[in-house]
Amino acid sequence: MKLTQGQFSFLPDLTDADITLQVQYALENGWAIAIEYTSDPHPRNVYWSMWGNPMFDLRDAAGVLMELNACRAEHGHHYIKIVAFDSRKGWESVRMSFIVNRPAFEPGFELVRTEGPGRTVGYQLRSYTTTVAPTAP
Amino acid sequence: MDQSPDVKITDMKERYRSGVLKYRQMGYWEPDYEPKDTDVLAVFRITPQDGVDPEEAAAAVAGESSTATWTVVWTDRLTDSEYYRAKAYRVDPVPGTPGQYFAYIAYDLDLFEEGSIANLTASIIGNVFGFKPLKALRLEDMRIPAHYLKTFQGPATGIVVERERMNVFGRPLLGATMKPKLGLSGRNYGRVVYEALKGGLDFTKDDENINSQPFMHWRDRFLYCMEAVNKAQAETGEVKGTYLNVTAATMEDMYERAEFAKSLGSVIVMIDLVIGYTAIQSMAKWARRNDMILHLHRAGHSTYTRQKNHGVSFRVIAKWMRMAGVDHIHAGTVVGKLEGDPSVIAGVYDICRENHVPQNLQHGIFFDQPWASLKKLMPVASGGIHAGQMHQLLHYLGEDVVLQFGGGTIGHPQGIQAGAIANRVALEVMVKARNERRDIWNEGPQILAEAARWCQPLRAALDTWKDVTFNYASTDSVDFVPTPTAS
Repeated sequence: MKLTQGQFSFLPDLTDADITLQVQYALENGWAIAIEYTSDPHPRNVYWSMWGNPMFDLRDAAGVLMELNACRAEHGHHYIKIVAFDSRKGWESVRMSFIVNRPAFEPGFELVRTEGPGRTVGYQLRSYTTTVAPTAP
Repeated sequence: MDQSPDVKITDMKERYRSGVLKYRQMGYWEPDYEPKDTDVLAVFRITPQDGVDPEEAAAAVAGESSTATWTVVWTDRLTDSEYYRAKAYRVDPVPGTPGQYFAYIAYDLDLFEEGSIANLTASIIGNVFGFKPLKALRLEDMRIPAHYLKTFQGPATGIVVERERMNVFGRPLLGATMKPKLGLSGRNYGRVVYEALKGGLDFTKDDENINSQPFMHWRDRFLYCMEAVNKAQAETGEVKGTYLNVTAATMEDMYERAEFAKSLGSVIVMIDLVIGYTAIQSMAKWARRNDMILHLHRAGHSTYTRQKNHGVSFRVIAKWMRMAGVDHIHAGTVVGKLEGDPSVIAGVYDICRENHVPQNLQHGIFFDQPWASLKKLMPVASGGIHAGQMHQLLHYLGEDVVLQFGGGTIGHPQGIQAGAIANRVALEVMVKARNERRDIWNEGPQILAEAARWCQPLRAALDTWKDVTFNYASTDSVDFVPTPTAS
């Protein structure tokens, strides 16, 4: 499966030039860029690992790309996303979030159903990466 | 002693002689009054009957929406009636519209119960709207003081927390209303939900009149819809939601349905405006207590918001709903099939999303409106919109909005998933282009055409709906236009 979290997952993979323009947009808005990665993209897995702190003082997209490439070198087999954070009053949260790296094979999720009374079903989503991944086709 | 009918009577013996006085004589017209920061302010469009002068009509509106009755009553003297009287303090002719006036009225905060839309509206739009000396009356705008706002909960969730829960940032959210609105069985209905969410939408939605009818009872719908939501989540890795409409005949029924939705893991429930202000506030409090996003469908509003001479403007309804505490409100599309002048809609969107809305007559905003950190209300654009309009939608409505393509998803020639893909691709490509500082207003069609080269569903959507527009004059428009300055 293709994980479609983030702003641009329905588009062809972003090139470094594409990423630079998006980062530039965030920086022009005064947002801090962060790079995060994970092997478990469960939709409720909020806290991906941080590739260092958000780059509050970095105002140059080229610097972000350098950090991203360093992260890719180490975590190329993981999901990596770029996040733009807005600290301004009334927002104080994420403004942008898009995936910039994916594992070669994306195993996805198992939907586990637990039948309950009155035809209710309890649903559990389990990342295959956190159990035993199926082999690539 | 002769009294001019134009002035407030200050001699108390004269003032309280039994009989009928002009409202101005009773003290409801105070042209020198300086509104206090704590006053609730209202501006009404008044159309006086022939022979009724505008100041007297304004005074009558102030009187009938606060303390007055048609005749003098001595019991006024048992209280500080001067203080409790609403005061009409300004009357302006409506530009270019003979016979209509904007009447500004100030109400002391003590006239209203804390945190109660029902109480506020019982005064402001109570008896006064049927008052005979007026041909027509419209509540155009209100200024709610921060002091009063702080007695309201405000949106249960708010835009920022909704985005955090949905894990969607930097783009409008996408939704679709399930069609046909009525008649599907629960099992078939869930199929439509699944296809749309799997295809790429964030939300699907019950329509306003889907409650619990013979063809589909509510429990059945909720169960099938949650199967669809969870299956789509597993196949995309995204958080998905479906607005389960809990509108019902009684609060007990609505709570029961909302609790069931919660027990099934739904992130959102929905109500209709027709349930009434008190029921809306009750559901907003329930939603805050239960971590639930609360969607409001504005069913019924056009009966009183659409005609300019009589009723309540939608910008006022939007203010009341932000106070009442819903998280989503249908607020117009500009380009779709339903009423929506661009300037009016820009004003409504500001009311929903900004923390301070300055006076802007060209957008129909008559007063500075502070929001005192009440959470932001997510506007929803729904009704006759399609992927080919994406650049216009992003231009007019911005990023913090739910774009709902019902027919524009389900009516796709290659199926519902293809319809959802077309909308999602069109959206992402347009946001990407905007962030790249491309001129999406002018280049939009070209940007979509470029994407349609690699995205077949988008190509089919553009081909199907390329010529669909709804170009009709709006009935609700603003009265103030920018005056060209001499260069």
